[in-house]
Amino acid sequence: MLMSEDLRTGFTEVAREQLPWLYSLARRLVGTDAEDAVQECLIKAYRGFDNLRDEQAAPAWFRQILLNCIRERYRKQAGLPHEEPEDPLPDYSLFRKIAEVDPWPYSDSVHLDFLASFDEADVWEVLDRVDPRYRVPLVLVHMEGLSTAQVARMFSVAQGTVLSWLHRGRKLFEHELWDYATEHDLLKTSRGNLR
Amino acid sequence: MISCAEAVRHLWEYLEHDLDSVDHAQVEEHLAVCRRCCGEAEFAGALREFMTSAAPPELPVEAEARLTGFLDALEKETP
Repeated sequence: MLMSEDLRTGFTEVAREQLPWLYSLARRLVGTDAEDAVQECLIKAYRGFDNLRDEQAAPAWFRQILLNCIRERYRKQAGLPHEEPEDPLPDYSLFRKIAEVDPWPYSDSVHLDFLASFDEADVWEVLDRVDPRYRVPLVLVHMEGLSTAQVARMFSVAQGTVLSWLHRGRKLFEHELWDYATEHDLLKTSRGNLR
Repeated sequence: MISCAEAVRHLWEYLEHDLDSVDHAQVEEHLAVCRRCCGEAEFAGALREFMTSAAPPELPVEAEARLTGFLDALEKETP
């Protein structure tokens, strides 16, 4: 069935309202490829727009399409991690690393000072550095609030596999936080600039 | 009692209440006696808050213009 002009115009209006948060989610999930991912999502949504019966459901509907696009993207590219991938950082602990280096020896809250040295733009840059195979589950669970069971269903894997991805993703994120802080001299400057 | 490595491995699931009751109790038992892992647990909680509270990245003006243009072009196509 061909889409009527009214329906096409309706799609544009509804889709335009979703753009800010849709981009924001894509940015967190796929980093600098966010715009491409949103375009893919818009094409699929446009083709299936007559399936959307209730405009109130548009955000959830668009989100699901975006997540499907991203899932397909990773399946085609590198694929998601195998069930038992080698742990890239088996013993890494950012907590211990900060305690060992002790960047601010006179502080009583050196670990919190470390986190306070990052601003929000830094957080997204650090996240971009995490292997996307682990970043996607990390964002979905810890930033989008999906349950591990939902992510497991989304990727057709066992819940334990998602827990393993999350564990490794968090370790990679911690490791990248430290590297980013040292590369950007955050450890030298943050004591005078605590937020 | 479980080892420090095992307790640390399960800290986030412990904080998220994602462990079954047996594992949850084991982590709790470990934290009750291990000061270092208590520090790890507090830091894991702070890190979790740090991740969840970061404001989402905004749609840049240029990207919004491009995506709006893309939508307009899409509207002219017949699916």
